[in-house]
Amino acid sequence: MSGATAAPRKPEQLDERLVRTSPLRKLLGRPELGSVVGAAAVFLFFAIVADSFLQASSFGTVLYAASVLGIMAAPVALLMIGGEFDLSAGVMVTSSALISSMFSYQMTANVWVGVFVSLLVTLAIGAFNGFMLTRTKLPSFIITLGTFLMLTGLNLGFTKLISGTVSTKAIGDMEGFDSARALFASTLTLGGVEFKVTILWWAALVGVATWILLRTRFGNWIFAVGGEADAARAVGVPVIRTKIGLYLGVAFAAWVSGQHLLFSYDVVQSGEGVGNELTYIIAAVIGGCLITGGYGSAIGSAVGAFIFGMTSKGIVYAEWNPDWFKFFLGAMLLLATLLNAWVRKRAEATA
Amino acid sequence: MARVRTGVRAMGAVLAVVLGASLTGCSSTGGKRAEERAAAAAEGRAAVNTPRWTFAMVTHSGDGDTFWDIVQKGAEQAALKDNINFLYSHNDEANQQAQLVQTAIDKKVDGLIVSLAKPDAMKAVVAKAVKAGIPVVTVNSGSAESKEFGALTHIGQDESIAGEAVGDELNSRGRKKALCVLHEQGNVGHEQRCAGAKKTFDGTMQNLYVDGTNMPDVTSSIEAKLQSDKSIDAVVTLGAPFADAAVQAKQTAGSKAEIDTFDLNAKVATGLQSDKLGFAVDQQPYLQGYQAVDLLWLYRYNRNVLGGGLPVLTGPQVITKDDADALADFTKRGTR
Repeated sequence: MSGATAAPRKPEQLDERLVRTSPLRKLLGRPELGSVVGAAAVFLFFAIVADSFLQASSFGTVLYAASVLGIMAAPVALLMIGGEFDLSAGVMVTSSALISSMFSYQMTANVWVGVFVSLLVTLAIGAFNGFMLTRTKLPSFIITLGTFLMLTGLNLGFTKLISGTVSTKAIGDMEGFDSARALFASTLTLGGVEFKVTILWWAALVGVATWILLRTRFGNWIFAVGGEADAARAVGVPVIRTKIGLYLGVAFAAWVSGQHLLFSYDVVQSGEGVGNELTYIIAAVIGGCLITGGYGSAIGSAVGAFIFGMTSKGIVYAEWNPDWFKFFLGAMLLLATLLNAWVRKRAEATA
Repeated sequence: MARVRTGVRAMGAVLAVVLGASLTGCSSTGGKRAEERAAAAAEGRAAVNTPRWTFAMVTHSGDGDTFWDIVQKGAEQAALKDNINFLYSHNDEANQQAQLVQTAIDKKVDGLIVSLAKPDAMKAVVAKAVKAGIPVVTVNSGSAESKEFGALTHIGQDESIAGEAVGDELNSRGRKKALCVLHEQGNVGHEQRCAGAKKTFDGTMQNLYVDGTNMPDVTSSIEAKLQSDKSIDAVVTLGAPFADAAVQAKQTAGSKAEIDTFDLNAKVATGLQSDKLGFAVDQQPYLQGYQAVDLLWLYRYNRNVLGGGLPVLTGPQVITKDDADALADFTKRGTR
């Protein structure tokens, strides 16, 4: 932009940033627009195909499936906007649950103690990812792949070493369990329909992520770092702090998800979580995040998670032949993403 | 740099506070202390003075599998008693499992225990072991192929028969419409279980595939199924950890279905005791590990072979509320 033209502007040639845009055009420029259209299409599709999809209780189930994914998808989306990946996010959830469970059990401590120790350790894992990334300058793909493998091994090794089995001991009879369960894994009944508390966590996290992204300086830094890190550094954006902050965000969400896992099932299996990191990334991508970084939104990730929840449960409601389950899931996701890309292209062409 | 150091110091302070709090914030119920109070540890010592033979066990278990953990415990206990140097390795990919068997042959072990979940991939390497003069015992899966491959004995449960036992049990409980929840798509044993149950069950039975590495997904999928079909009155899960997920799904969906499961763990035992679960079908994994080592020892020591060429079955054993009381303590220590 700079130096493109040295000619003095005519007074009516306003700076492009000052040009008034119509609300419609503004809407078309939003990253999550494509996914919203996709979500509406998926919703309509299953509403027609599956009888039980539209009943109120089904809505609670779909929202629950979406929320468990969405809690992680929001910070993962922010991280992707910042230009990085986190392949360790899936097993980090399991690690977080294992830590609180085993710490509480082994120390015979009030489970809240374990919950807070787990928060610290999980944040430390996130900080490790961010620190290693910014220090070594290796791609986040490699760094977090390393963390992913190490955590997978640690989860198994430590659990077996400490508990003697591959799952943790039940902590349901320990002090503090009921109050912790209320916070992380309770069920609220609204109008006869049961909603899991994860839906509230999801809404809160997406809200905070959106606020950070659109209303704070840190949000600007995220876009800048993801768009062009060197240029961002040149104009004074603290790249290292921003990236570490983003990994801490993922770690925090992993902690929330991990506590949900622990307090809903009481016992944690040490081998869980592998493969989930990809679903988080898929949700963020469906929601309009670019794999290359610099573009996307937190609300988009929520819509992506919602599409995923509707698809995976809609197939069950539609009672399709289960042999084809994965195929349907893949096809739906691909269609949603294509529709998303198409709408975005149209929007950019008219903008 | 100064900022980093204060950060470290702050972290240290927080840790210290938490550790301090953990000492004061003790739980008076449950936890390790309760376990230690309850457990009187029995000291293990070899019961025989035969030479210290080395036996290797190579299974198709994935990482962190509860079932195989119990098999391994049984094998280790028998190895301790029989003065055996016991080596365990596993890989859920057939090709990798075959390579692990090859390394055991290279080590010239005195006995070999393998599971034949993917028999074709294992055929050549088992034949190699037999040719090298290593006695082989097959466990868990592969009852049909065991003898053909040259193994001494097969110890395990026939998955189809186990499934049939489930179908019979569902009949006797007057169930009409059942759901079979498979947590690993493409697992032959899982398909056989559900097929076996379908065979003997008088009502109708449907399969539901769920993602076993993602518990919330397991729960919400079962939930969705129960909501879409209110007439389902029985849910059968194929692994102990998934029974609890099914119980939660049932509650949220407001279903009246009975939850039944394959395999046993502490949670299933308490579930049976509190009537959250109907019954569990156990194939006694501890026995599979224990017997495999013991039979190899017997063969080495005395050339004994059990089973007369037929598979030795360790299950199915149908466990209900009445049995659960007696088994609860054993599930807690991870041997049942």
